[in-house]
Amino acid sequence: MKTPNQDPSGKLWNDPVFRGRVFQAVVLLAVIAFFAFIINNTLNNLDARGISTGFGFLSQEAGFGIIQSLIEYNETHTYGRTFVVGILNTLLVSLVGIFLATIVGFLVGIGRLSSNWLISRLAAIYIETFRNIPLLLQIFFWYFAVLGVMPHPRQSMSWGEAVFLNVRGLYIPDPQFSEGIGFVVASIFITFGIIWFLKRWAHKRQDDTGQQFPVFWTSIGLLIAIPGLVYLVSGTTLTWDIPELRGFNFKGGITILPEFTALLLALTIYTAAFIAEIVRAGIQSVPKGQLEASRALGLKNSQMLRLVVIPQAMRVIIPPLTSQYLNLTKNSSLATAIGYPDLVAIFAGTTLNQSGQAIEIIFMVMAVYLTISLTISLIMNIYNKRMALVER
Amino acid sequence: MKKILSTAIVSTSLMMAASTQAGTLEDVKSKGFMNCGVSTGLPGFSNTDDKGEWKGIDVDTCRAVAAAVFGDASKVKYVPLTAKERFTALQSGEVDLLSRNTTWTLTRDAGLGLNFAGVNYYDGQGFMVSKKIGVKSALELDGATVCVQAGTTTELNLADYFRANKMSYKPITFDTSDQTASAFDNGRCDVLTSDQSQLYALRIKLKTPADAVVLPEVISKEPLGPVVRQGDDEWFNIAKWSLNAMITAEELGVSQANVDDMTKSTNPNIQRLLGVTGEMGGKLKVGNDWAYNIVKQVGNYGEVFERNVGAGSPLKIQRGINAQWNKGGFLYSPPIR
Repeated sequence: MKTPNQDPSGKLWNDPVFRGRVFQAVVLLAVIAFFAFIINNTLNNLDARGISTGFGFLSQEAGFGIIQSLIEYNETHTYGRTFVVGILNTLLVSLVGIFLATIVGFLVGIGRLSSNWLISRLAAIYIETFRNIPLLLQIFFWYFAVLGVMPHPRQSMSWGEAVFLNVRGLYIPDPQFSEGIGFVVASIFITFGIIWFLKRWAHKRQDDTGQQFPVFWTSIGLLIAIPGLVYLVSGTTLTWDIPELRGFNFKGGITILPEFTALLLALTIYTAAFIAEIVRAGIQSVPKGQLEASRALGLKNSQMLRLVVIPQAMRVIIPPLTSQYLNLTKNSSLATAIGYPDLVAIFAGTTLNQSGQAIEIIFMVMAVYLTISLTISLIMNIYNKRMALVER
Repeated sequence: MKKILSTAIVSTSLMMAASTQAGTLEDVKSKGFMNCGVSTGLPGFSNTDDKGEWKGIDVDTCRAVAAAVFGDASKVKYVPLTAKERFTALQSGEVDLLSRNTTWTLTRDAGLGLNFAGVNYYDGQGFMVSKKIGVKSALELDGATVCVQAGTTTELNLADYFRANKMSYKPITFDTSDQTASAFDNGRCDVLTSDQSQLYALRIKLKTPADAVVLPEVISKEPLGPVVRQGDDEWFNIAKWSLNAMITAEELGVSQANVDDMTKSTNPNIQRLLGVTGEMGGKLKVGNDWAYNIVKQVGNYGEVFERNVGAGSPLKIQRGINAQWNKGGFLYSPPIR
């Protein structure tokens, strides 16, 4: 094969393509040799110091309790199980945090641009305050200054003898459904399917005839009517497991730990301040001409926002928004400061200390954060691609 | 964060270090001081006083080793460590001696590459509750919320005890004992569990110490002692015998006040201890007046105990099982000869 910049002398080492490949191979080998050396040396050193190695510890009994677990866990379960419990607790606070921070961030960001002087000032104060105080201090503030001074269990604040708030957390009734609940859940999914077809049909009708169809309100109606009907027909009964003060603490119901609440509040409020600025920047990046053009076409204000401004603003918003989501997830590891049992506190904390397998555990924890972060990035990139400008 | 940092250090040092074991003794001598890992603040064991100086039974154990090595008990740098950080800090070489109310267990001794140099305080785990809740026994604690320090044997004993007695509990774990005490103070938990000595020490820090009561049950054995890295027998010997020298000195009646007179003693055991006869120091590769320096500058075990946790301290803990073997306790030093 003749390449355009082949050396006329025909010598192999003067061929830039060949030379490039040789250098790449050399670098690759050097990198592999470096890592092989490091791993080998680490294992030798661990062995020489009498520190046990390997992943066998994951199947040993953990022997310690964890206050919050989304799956069944007690002290007879394994270290491996504590890993899963930790991941789930991290995911719980991260996902709820991302959800709330997005809502608060968008509201504040739009409020910041409001023509109402008071709203825009309040939004500005919110952003400047919470963006500029270190997150750890905010976590301490919520935990010690706000939730730490709640009353003792026996003097709990209560609402309707069903919801209780005290220094140990918020206790709410736990809904208990009888067997028929499966049908109700299934009907909710089916309704979403129906709505999807409805939307397509409405779109097509508008394209064909120019007539609009109130998809949103119809959807809400369907979402209430169909599962509601199934609930009644299937004879599902709903009872509430109401928390009750027995012995030292409230028993029954759902407990929301103050550690969780403090961490969630701090993460949400802190990240929302950044998201608000991102949203403001995104909206302001839409050229004024676009607004004038849409007004000239006779769009209503709400339509202008929904059809012209937001789709264009989203292109600017999504990439930095993704990095805020990643920040929130990684910041959730500050949980260890207030004793919320997240992955770092449980697995890279107690489990590491009890088993002594520092290197394995830290690698596993890093791998988990990497996986969570890459997954969030992937989802946001897919979304970004769908929102990106399609050039014709 | 400090945890992650020290873990990173241990990982890198394990990755990069040549596999020969550097002698800690030479290391320490060339530095001119030793690094000693202590707690982040536990009255009686390792805590800073109002002048910012470290005081306590664990601190005195560090000082004894420094006195043996340098002839000067003040050549110690104290590194405050949480329970979670302590082993990593020792493994990575951040500290040369860990003297931080650490329980001697098989897993730690054999699985973590560590060696326990002896026991400087025999302890046991207990429970502290508020007087208001009217509990008289730990067996009445079913359903309680319990504050506990993360990464300790306490955390494991707690789980064992409640399971064995078929009771349920909710553990709230914090990194430092101060955090557990303040959470207990705020009412976040009903019970604070730790080694009994620690409970008495932490009770002093509460808003109203008189409102809290330590329950009678002792649910575990907690022999606390200094720890060194495994594989450096020379340094291990020095740590082990520095502690034994303090215990032997008390047994022989050698104290800080009379140590100079005692050098003229005709008792061969005292002569060997204080380096008047024999070459005990040489065998440990330290000066022959090593034990003299320990007693002169730090004191014998009894003095250290009384000063830090006993009658001469706010803790007022009885000698109990920490008395000499011939006075009804467990303290028994192998002979120095």
